[in-house]
Amino acid sequence: MSSGIGASQDILKVAMPKGRIYKQASRLFREAGLLIQDDLEDTRKLIIEVPDAGMEFIMAKPVDVPTYVEYGVADIGVVGKDVLMEENKDVYELLDLGIAPCRMSVIGLPDWKPVINPRVATKYPNVASQYFRERGQQVEVIKLNGSIELAPLIGLADRIVDMVETGQTLRDNGLIEMEPMFGVTSRLIANRVSYRMKNDRIQSLCDRLQATLSSRV
Amino acid sequence: MMSKPKVFEKPVGVKDYLPLAVTKLRQIERSVLTCMEGWGYEQIITPTLEYYDTVGVASSTSDQRLFKLLNNRGTTLVLRSDMTAPIARVVASLLRSREFPLRLSYHASVFRAFENEAGRDAEFFQAGVELVGDSSAEADAEVIALAIASLQAAGVKRFRIAVGHVGFLNGLLEELLPGRESDQSKLKDYLLNRDHVGYRDELKRLGLRECVQRELEGLLRLRGGREICEQAIELSTNETARQSVGHLRQIWDALEAYGVSAHVLIDLTMIGDFSYYTGMTFEGYASDLGFPVVAGGRYDNLLQQFGRSAPATGFAIKTTRVLELVGEESEPQRRILIGYNNAGRRLAFAEANRLRESGAKVVTALLEAPGVHHGDEPVTSGDRQPAAAGVEQIDRKVRRLPDGESVSYGGQVYGVFLPFFEEEAAEKGAAL
Repeated sequence: MSSGIGASQDILKVAMPKGRIYKQASRLFREAGLLIQDDLEDTRKLIIEVPDAGMEFIMAKPVDVPTYVEYGVADIGVVGKDVLMEENKDVYELLDLGIAPCRMSVIGLPDWKPVINPRVATKYPNVASQYFRERGQQVEVIKLNGSIELAPLIGLADRIVDMVETGQTLRDNGLIEMEPMFGVTSRLIANRVSYRMKNDRIQSLCDRLQATLSSRV
Repeated sequence: MMSKPKVFEKPVGVKDYLPLAVTKLRQIERSVLTCMEGWGYEQIITPTLEYYDTVGVASSTSDQRLFKLLNNRGTTLVLRSDMTAPIARVVASLLRSREFPLRLSYHASVFRAFENEAGRDAEFFQAGVELVGDSSAEADAEVIALAIASLQAAGVKRFRIAVGHVGFLNGLLEELLPGRESDQSKLKDYLLNRDHVGYRDELKRLGLRECVQRELEGLLRLRGGREICEQAIELSTNETARQSVGHLRQIWDALEAYGVSAHVLIDLTMIGDFSYYTGMTFEGYASDLGFPVVAGGRYDNLLQQFGRSAPATGFAIKTTRVLELVGEESEPQRRILIGYNNAGRRLAFAEANRLRESGAKVVTALLEAPGVHHGDEPVTSGDRQPAAAGVEQIDRKVRRLPDGESVSYGGQVYGVFLPFFEEEAAEKGAAL
């Protein structure tokens, strides 16, 4: 590597998703040898310095992680493939971290029959529209923000598109998984400029994470 | 959907630039254009409107991102989405008799329609060059070196240029996946979309021999200096791939001779739009800016669409993006205020012109003679503060500020105040 621009290899700003994925991601980072305290998420601070790892965590709502990274206010980020597909931002998708595995599926009532004007409720309108379009089906996509499972039960939609982890919520509500669409895990993403300007830091982080991941299997 | 626009609103993606920003933008523009001129590039201007069927179709911008409109005869026009296609049109028509190589530069605004993509301007300013009629690595190196010089001239301090070549990947894939065009284009799409995870998964899906898969995965790590070319040339026996790497190596050597290779990173996964670029492609990045500031490459197939087949290479630098980056320049030169009354007007205007010719910025204002006050006239808001110590009221609207030099008039500060009232006028007249 040419060392001409070594000065730019300073603090790495990492957009971390708050909640479920954070715990698994920080555990993976620690396993890869990064010095990250395990109680960081207990604070209410939104920007947390992790000096021993040469990082700064930006604690973000998961769905906003790709936005921070695209604009370059964060150099890299950890985010689910579901969000990446929905948001469709211009970022590097560097590594499958294998954490928080689940799948995106089409879900409905067991007695579902094709209807003339199909309606699909989802938190992922772009993903759902694209999926049905590619299959030559025109459906009305209804964007909901939570409790998607309600939609077929109360007749708002005949099917839904949502993430399935264990399938327990579906069973509890008498729904079935009709078609699995694609698997979802969390990904390491990078900003286009940071990927070049902080190339050494990002590449070495990738290498360490990849080594950890392959030793896990 | 959208309600009627409010009077302060403008279409999404377009911007106003206020005086301070314009001063900076013009400075950047001037420095960059002067730099390009210094390398022997001649500036040209082309129209904002072009025909959809010619320049619109030939441009690298995808169809849904073109602003289209109809003229009074129903012909589809486009707002130019880049300057490369219009310049190709000019080179093939008006400059048809000029011999190659042609070196042309420009600074212009270009238009691109975006949906749901915040942070991307629908209209932005670009400065750039096209070097037409030279297919050599030397020409590619020249435009990269000029891009670096332009960034430096614009005041960008920390930046890096990534250089790739579309031919290497094309050749390598053709060698390793012979005849499997849809697999090849799938892999290229993943790289184009910067999806390394998808690229690796696709490789696994293809069920390739272990060594082939490892080789193609290793591509993702082919970034660095000249040594990358040595590694890459080992990877392939394909003629296209080897020629491409050889070309990159020549470019690198030339950049080394220019003394700028420390800014450059070779990245063989950086491929750019295949339908447009035919050889070397490059991008420039500046730290503290999330988006690339420079993009360029070789496009040897564009000119033939305008009827004069020729190789060409060039780049564009987004000056409006550089604007976000370059810090506040030193305080702009203060303006001079010349106050006059009817009796002093002739001399006031003469003095203003003399000063303007010497490069000063001069504003003239008809004032009352000092000491005359009319209580019934409204006082401008800028002058309502109580007079501080050392503040002298020259005129009802002009106050001298505590530094003893500058004055405030109509809420703005002027560096110097020159009065041309009756008595002073006579005095000045005598002095001349």
